[in-house]
Amino acid sequence: MTSHWPCGYHPAVTSPDAQPPVSIAAADTISPPRPAPARQTPAAALWRVREYLRPYYRQLVIMLAAALIATGTEIVIPLLTKAAIDGPISSATRAGSAAAHGRAVLIWIGIGAIALGSAEVGLSMIRRWVQANAVARLEQSMRDDLYAHLQRLEPGFHDAWQSGQLLSRATTDLSAIRRFAGFGTIFIITSAVSFGVIVTLLVILNPLLGLITAVLFMPVTWLCVRFERRYRVLSRRVQDQQDDLATSVEEAAAGIRILKALGRRDLAMAGHRQRAEIVYRTQVSKAELRGKFWAGLDLLPNAAIALILLLGAIAVSQNALTVGGLVAFIALVLQLVWPIEATGYILALGQEAATAAQRVYEILDTPPAISGPPIAQATAPGSLTTAPGTSAGNRADDPIPPRAGASAVPSARRVPMVPVQRPPVQRPPVQRPPTQRAADGAPAGGRLVLDHVGFAYPGSDRPVLRDVCLELAPGETVALVGATGSGKTTLLSLIARLEDATSGTIVLDGTDIRDLPLTVLRSLVACAFEDPTLFSVSARENVALGNPQASDSAVRAALAAAQAQFVEDLPWGLDTRIGEQGMSLSGGQRQRIALARAILASPSVLLLDDPLSALDVHTEAKVTQALGQVLSTSTALIVAHRPSTVALADRVVVLEDGEIRTSGTHHELLASDAQYQHLMSSDADTGARR
Amino acid sequence: MSQAATQSWRGIAAEEVEELPKGIALILRKRSRALLGDLLRPHRAAVIWIGLLILAANLGALAGPWLVGIGIDKIPALLRTHDPVPIIITVIEFGIAVTVQAFASAGYIAAIGRMGGQVVLELRSRLFAHFQALPVSFHERYTSGRVISRQVSDIDSISELFDEGLGSLVSAAFSLVFVGTGMLLLDWPLALAVMAGFIPLTWLTAWFRRESATAYRRTRETIALVIVHFVETFNGIRAVQSFRREPRNQEIFGDLNEGYAKASRRSMQLVAIYFPGVNLVGNLAVAVVLLYGGIRVIDHAMPVGVLVTFLLYLRRFFEPLQDVSQFYSTFQSSAAALEKLSGVLEEEPAVPEPVAPARLPDRPEEAGRGRALRVAGVRFGYRDQVVLPRLDLTIAAGQKVALVGATGAGKTTIARLLARFYDPDEGEIRLDGVDLRDLADADLRREIVLITQENFLFSASVAENIALGRPAASRAEIEAAAEAVGAAGFIADLPDGYDHQVGKRGGRLSAGQRQLISFARAFLAAPSVLLLDEATALLDLPSERIVQQALQTVLLGRTAVIIAHRLSTVQIADRVLVLDHGEVIEDGSPSDLLASGRGQYADLHQQWLRSLA
Repeated sequence: MTSHWPCGYHPAVTSPDAQPPVSIAAADTISPPRPAPARQTPAAALWRVREYLRPYYRQLVIMLAAALIATGTEIVIPLLTKAAIDGPISSATRAGSAAAHGRAVLIWIGIGAIALGSAEVGLSMIRRWVQANAVARLEQSMRDDLYAHLQRLEPGFHDAWQSGQLLSRATTDLSAIRRFAGFGTIFIITSAVSFGVIVTLLVILNPLLGLITAVLFMPVTWLCVRFERRYRVLSRRVQDQQDDLATSVEEAAAGIRILKALGRRDLAMAGHRQRAEIVYRTQVSKAELRGKFWAGLDLLPNAAIALILLLGAIAVSQNALTVGGLVAFIALVLQLVWPIEATGYILALGQEAATAAQRVYEILDTPPAISGPPIAQATAPGSLTTAPGTSAGNRADDPIPPRAGASAVPSARRVPMVPVQRPPVQRPPVQRPPTQRAADGAPAGGRLVLDHVGFAYPGSDRPVLRDVCLELAPGETVALVGATGSGKTTLLSLIARLEDATSGTIVLDGTDIRDLPLTVLRSLVACAFEDPTLFSVSARENVALGNPQASDSAVRAALAAAQAQFVEDLPWGLDTRIGEQGMSLSGGQRQRIALARAILASPSVLLLDDPLSALDVHTEAKVTQALGQVLSTSTALIVAHRPSTVALADRVVVLEDGEIRTSGTHHELLASDAQYQHLMSSDADTGARR
Repeated sequence: MSQAATQSWRGIAAEEVEELPKGIALILRKRSRALLGDLLRPHRAAVIWIGLLILAANLGALAGPWLVGIGIDKIPALLRTHDPVPIIITVIEFGIAVTVQAFASAGYIAAIGRMGGQVVLELRSRLFAHFQALPVSFHERYTSGRVISRQVSDIDSISELFDEGLGSLVSAAFSLVFVGTGMLLLDWPLALAVMAGFIPLTWLTAWFRRESATAYRRTRETIALVIVHFVETFNGIRAVQSFRREPRNQEIFGDLNEGYAKASRRSMQLVAIYFPGVNLVGNLAVAVVLLYGGIRVIDHAMPVGVLVTFLLYLRRFFEPLQDVSQFYSTFQSSAAALEKLSGVLEEEPAVPEPVAPARLPDRPEEAGRGRALRVAGVRFGYRDQVVLPRLDLTIAAGQKVALVGATGAGKTTIARLLARFYDPDEGEIRLDGVDLRDLADADLRREIVLITQENFLFSASVAENIALGRPAASRAEIEAAAEAVGAAGFIADLPDGYDHQVGKRGGRLSAGQRQLISFARAFLAAPSVLLLDEATALLDLPSERIVQQALQTVLLGRTAVIIAHRLSTVQIADRVLVLDHGEVIEDGSPSDLLASGRGQYADLHQQWLRSLA
């Protein structure tokens, strides 16, 4: 007699969200890298979601009104049944003469039932329709905000968070919030109202039976709450275990070549099977729990009905109740099951939404550790332009207006491991970084000064960089050389402010880079990384990333300089989509595109992280030649592992354990420095001899 | 790929197609059904048992309202005789009916959960094993993203079906038939009047099915686009931020997000029409029972109890339809998932394992540990682009061969053919006289190991990652391997040393460090043939030197094929092959080739020497 769904899955409750659940593997086992803002309670987080609901208050009121009236009509229908049975039907059965009159009354009752039934349907249609529009928008705007904020957070944040964790917040968690925000609140109200009304009606129909029913339904409430709680625990456990399983699937897919090359299929399969079995066992206990719950949910209301039938019959025989009253009683009791079920489900849903909101706000409340001063309106855009052909307006627009409150204090300087030498006073943003220009007007690059720069990862007591002092004259090219792990790459990311130095200052053309708006800094500084990232857009857009207005000929020139003319041979030339979802390119090809990208940005400071590592000797020679040209217009810092790359530089700086050990020209160092010889010599014997 | 029209839908070909021609849709459905049948076959007994339980539950559920009706009809007698015994009997019968219903429901829900779990477990294992068996070329075409989504989201939707839907679907069907029959038996004219509701309902449901199928597909597709863009952005956050791509990203993301919002709104709107629609039919049926049933009672054509039974039955009659359509999306997604999975499972490994594996000849102790390779008349290409027109090559046991040549000359292809990542289109490759295609995978992988610059680390400890080369290796052997390739130093510096857990894709380890770990794997594996494809490209020079020295030790007596852009790596070779467009244009010892003074290798060498200056 009860519907066949566990509390959580009653059609009338789940239906507003009949679309597919999005499940994302997210193991939240790794703690976030830096202390997130003081964690609020889930309930407080959920309460904050109302800021996103605000535009829909009117819709909420409509939905609530429609739902309440619909609930009312639903309750009235059993009373109509009572009227029909006690009125025309029973009078007709007793006295045949009244049959004709009975029919007329019955027709009116029938019409009433049709009207009420249609009204209920119409109202619920309105509620669902309004709700569909509102909650889809709500979820959309939350997701947009989350994405925007994540784009503002520094790479260090993204290193520490698995992308799956972020993704599950942007999908699963937002869906949970949507599910609750849309109709959870409304259902809590309507359930409470209909429970109250039905119990009142029952007591009016027959006080004794009404009270007995109310008492018998206590265990149902208890059962629902208990079930929901245990079911949630199991569901969460299954989800965690599924995340583990998904990890093994992901790794087996991404590492397929390794597994194949080493023939470790069986090992991978055994690991996978083991995790799959864990999931299986939890799933089974979930099913068993569900089964038991169902039995209870079938049994308890039916026990109530059995009792009502017996006592009701006796009551009827003593004229304390009519037959129609008894029927209405039974129908109402069945309607009572539903609000109780719904409450159990919605409480669970609310709990889920609250946790989800907490997880979402945890990210939204994380201030970007790296941020620059905002760009003031007064900025003369032209002065920021260093690259010919770049629209100044593009740069002057801070792409993402900082969230209210977050921008007031540049939170760039979080407590560093190494004491900062400068007092943390906020200085007015510098509007015009002066740009050095060569006599002919072409940019000659900026003057870059690193003053006692140090860096340590948060929570680590071993600094990656210590006391680095380095000055690059405009147009100078410096090679950074050092063994793996000596801090070369980190040094580059400090200059682009992908990480912030934990001590010391970096000054570009006289301005501390922390006083430059980030967009300005990053238009002045361009990087090419060892592991190049391509986006799933056209080759043109990939190359023109740092200079979106660049003409096709400029793009082609940059590609030519990077020896990446192969792009022309792609199926659609410059318009070919590359990256994850497009044409796949080899490591060397990707590296050359990334190089072309850095070249086209024609920055004031060019940072190249071992830009030629994946190239063959032949191509490397050509690229080196072309790079020589490009480097004359920029100040450049190049991480180099090979003599050929070092040859591009005016000066070589040797890093060792995060400190500058020595510097000089390639030949000087080669002649004087055994350590440098060791680093740069390819001859196995030299290494051995040392 | 150019088989007959129907054949081209084999395997995964149909995955990308939005609207399928009828005939092919039919084939796909048949294929999924075959897979489902195959998966369920071992559970025949469980299926029967579940069927019986569902039957019992439904009988109990059917009896309940009937007995309530009977009880109500006994009230007039009670009024007359004041004998409560008949009604007590009815109540007891009612109690028995609902108890049976409750326990049978609990039973079948749990039984379906168990069976479904086993089916899903089997499917997971089968799929995982199949993906592992499919060749590298398949994975490259299919991309890891899809491999993952097949095994994660598609399996999840099938699991969900068993978890939450299937029992209810079956039970709903039973309920429909049983309740329908019950009503017909009680009072057929009223039953027919109620059943007329099925006419609009069928139409409405058909409409909903059709529309929601499309809408469902759209939500899946649009959210997938959102996810892909999201992941791409944050995996490449350094490039995003350093090239100020945020605004453009936000624009793209906004569009994709909008697309998803629209799609999800559409599917919610469909539900907003359909569900109240079903309710409307149910509510009208209540009115019909009151009106027409009431008239029949007045006419003494049926007792009041039957009217009550009808009213109670109505809840079980139309509601299941709502349930069915509620789970229709789950059902559909699992059908779609099953379709895709059956396609994947149908993909035949282009590099199949031999049915009757051959055994490699035993190596005499004194002959060293290498084995001989012979490439005879091999032709190979990707799609229509021929990479190797015809290659003949003999590599003696213990020989160390360097492959040199410009990008695209076919070096990597040769390495991959030797490792049997692909099979040649023509010709054969033999290891000590045995065709690679006749070797069991386990034997092949023990003998031939390919190391590339791809340095994937699994999320496990450093030691476990190294042990991948030989899972049986002791800790001492693992440490010795790391020591040999010069990885011991940085490993010792890690927080937990060898037990340090490497996080997501190797975490903070540098590319060079990951490369050293993958070298340590190869050293531990100690195969008879080692293939190195640009394996040292990511190392700095001192590390490269250490690796080279280590190589000289480990390669002692073994066969090796080395591909490297930098000739330093080639120095340990005793034979150099210069490739051009898939053909060997120079072949000789390094010193011979240099001595000639002309030729590509000599040129390359010159270039390389200059690059060192």
